[in-house]
Amino acid sequence: MNGHLLEVKGLSISFIQYDRGLHQVSLPVIRDLGVTVDRGEMVAVIGSSGSGKSLLAHAVMGILPYNASAEGEILYKGEPLTEERQKALRGKEIVLVPQSVSYLDPLMKVGEQVKNGRKGPSWREKCRRILGSYGLGPETEALYPFQLSGGMTRRVLISAAVMEEPELVIADEPTPGLHLDAAKRVLGHFREMTEKGAGVLLITHDLELALQTADRVVVLYAGTAVEETDSRAFDREDTLYHPYTRALYRAMPEHGFRSEPGSQPYVKELPAGCPYRPRCTMALPECSCEVPLRKTDRGFVRCIHREAEV
Amino acid sequence: MDSAKWVGMQILRMAVLLAAVTVTVFALLSLSPVDPLTTNVGQTALGSMSAEQVKKLQEYWGVGVPPTVRFLGWAKDLLRGDLGISLLYRRPVIEVIGERFFNSVWLMAAAWILSGLIGFFLGVLAGRKRGGTADKLVTGYCLITASTPAFWIAMVLLMVFAVWLKWLPIGLAVPIGMSSADVSLSDRIAHMILPALALSMTGISNIALHTREKLAAVMESDYVLFARARGETERSVLIRHGLRNIALPALTLQFASVSEIFGGSVLVEQVFSYPGLGQAAVTAGLGSDVPLLMGITVITAAVVFGGNTAANILYGLIDPRMRKGRKKR
Ligand SMILES: Nc1ncnc2c1ncn2[C@@H]1O[C@H](COP(=O)(O)OP(=O)(O)OP(=O)(O)O)[C@@H](O)[C@H]1O
Ligand SMILES: [Mg+2]
Repeated sequence: MNGHLLEVKGLSISFIQYDRGLHQVSLPVIRDLGVTVDRGEMVAVIGSSGSGKSLLAHAVMGILPYNASAEGEILYKGEPLTEERQKALRGKEIVLVPQSVSYLDPLMKVGEQVKNGRKGPSWREKCRRILGSYGLGPETEALYPFQLSGGMTRRVLISAAVMEEPELVIADEPTPGLHLDAAKRVLGHFREMTEKGAGVLLITHDLELALQTADRVVVLYAGTAVEETDSRAFDREDTLYHPYTRALYRAMPEHGFRSEPGSQPYVKELPAGCPYRPRCTMALPECSCEVPLRKTDRGFVRCIHREAEV
Repeated sequence: MDSAKWVGMQILRMAVLLAAVTVTVFALLSLSPVDPLTTNVGQTALGSMSAEQVKKLQEYWGVGVPPTVRFLGWAKDLLRGDLGISLLYRRPVIEVIGERFFNSVWLMAAAWILSGLIGFFLGVLAGRKRGGTADKLVTGYCLITASTPAFWIAMVLLMVFAVWLKWLPIGLAVPIGMSSADVSLSDRIAHMILPALALSMTGISNIALHTREKLAAVMESDYVLFARARGETERSVLIRHGLRNIALPALTLQFASVSEIFGGSVLVEQVFSYPGLGQAAVTAGLGSDVPLLMGITVITAAVVFGGNTAANILYGLIDPRMRKGRKKR
């Protein structure tokens, strides 16, 4: 089998909204986004809140909200991931670990949700084993979601996903609410899955945790991928190419905890060209034009300074 | 311990409600411009009576006695379990109500079940997909019937099915001129169909619209999204998650709708000359039959209160969030 397991090319997602009366506006929340995941690989998507991480996950699963429209290409095993294929594969080959408690049915017991309607002693046994491997006893199965703590919910959501033997796992922030050991165990479990040949797309805003387990990192900023590189590039600042990636590096506790002023622009106030331009210390007039993707030795970057530096 | 306190609270609430309702009805009645003597005895008959006879009649109808004194007298009897004697029927109020209630209860139960089932079904049909064809049709239908008075629907039904098509009887609960021993069950049902339909009509739209709203919200929830992401079919999503999450509100709504059915029955029974509680209420109100009207008020308030309380209790018993939450505390 050749090609990537998952390849997202030029994905754009916009929301149709009604602004003042019947005036229709389209909010481009994701623009020209590209991500690939190979077999046996864990790719982390890093980005702050509102950068479009969950939407990327939902686009792959085919569960975007009805007022969203998506453009671009999503390939799975080298072939377009059409709606029919999504319907046939999701929950089986492609699984999602959703972001929050609200993804559990409030009136269904945990055991039933993890088993997802399948009956029989073998499934019951499997459910028990998987919950057990995350430190949840058999009594958890009889609980309702409102009786779970945040960390328990997280582990239930992950258990539900790995009931299958998926080939592609899309995990939308699977670790918040877990203490460090539990978080590492969860990521270790994903790592084991990649060793068996699965691909994992790990969505997170915890850069350190991502760097510890992921092979590659895609940095998202205001709906677009500004850089893709391998995890080891984060060992030193000068192997990182985009000013935003460097800002993330400097904001890590072991590198000085320095945070840049300003914040990610909201889609409605998005500047033309590079979205990071208003905060960038190296911004040039050309930055307000369309900035193309450029290949680097480790991946790609979307910054005009790249050429000068290589 | 907790439940004893809860029962106590409910009884207290019920007592307060009854007190408020009876005082209000009594106040309205005493403000009513209807003169019981002229309405019930007749102007001409009154004119031909001696002053003594008139005075006796005035005493019978309670004319001239201050309303507060009359109310306190009535309330004292009520506390002893005595609802008094109906002035119009000259029989104990409890007997009149019992007979009427028996007629009404089937009518109302039929309308209640009908509106619950049809309303729920239509609501599910519409709420499955907000903005879909089924949704547009059902909401359109509901908005039209919800804004149509029940008595008007009753008259249309009467005209179409009883007058023009002659499929069903025009009114009353039993065929005219038949002794009650000869009345068959099918006769009773035939007389009940139109009133029950008319009565359920507005209830249907109310329940359908609520169910639709609730189901549409569920179908747009994150957990339904996740169910789809896990490969569940639309059918399975609807049954496993949709129905599960709307069953409770639907049940609550169904019990709370008892009051609407009661209210609607007054007008509908009037249109169909159906000898039920609602019609008796109208007769008592227009004829200044204070004991009867007050009796009906008490019974109605109690049933409506009972419906609402049943809804609350059911919710607490069935919803795990409330059931287990209470245990934990
Ligand atoms: N249904 C929607 N309608 C309109 N805008 C939406 C909708 N869903 C998301 N958005 C917008 O899309 C952008 C990206 O949302 P998304 O949920 O992907 O963020 P995220 O990166 O997952 O953030 P977080 O880390 O907080 O989960 C946000 O600006 C959000 O306001
Ligand atoms: Mg998110």
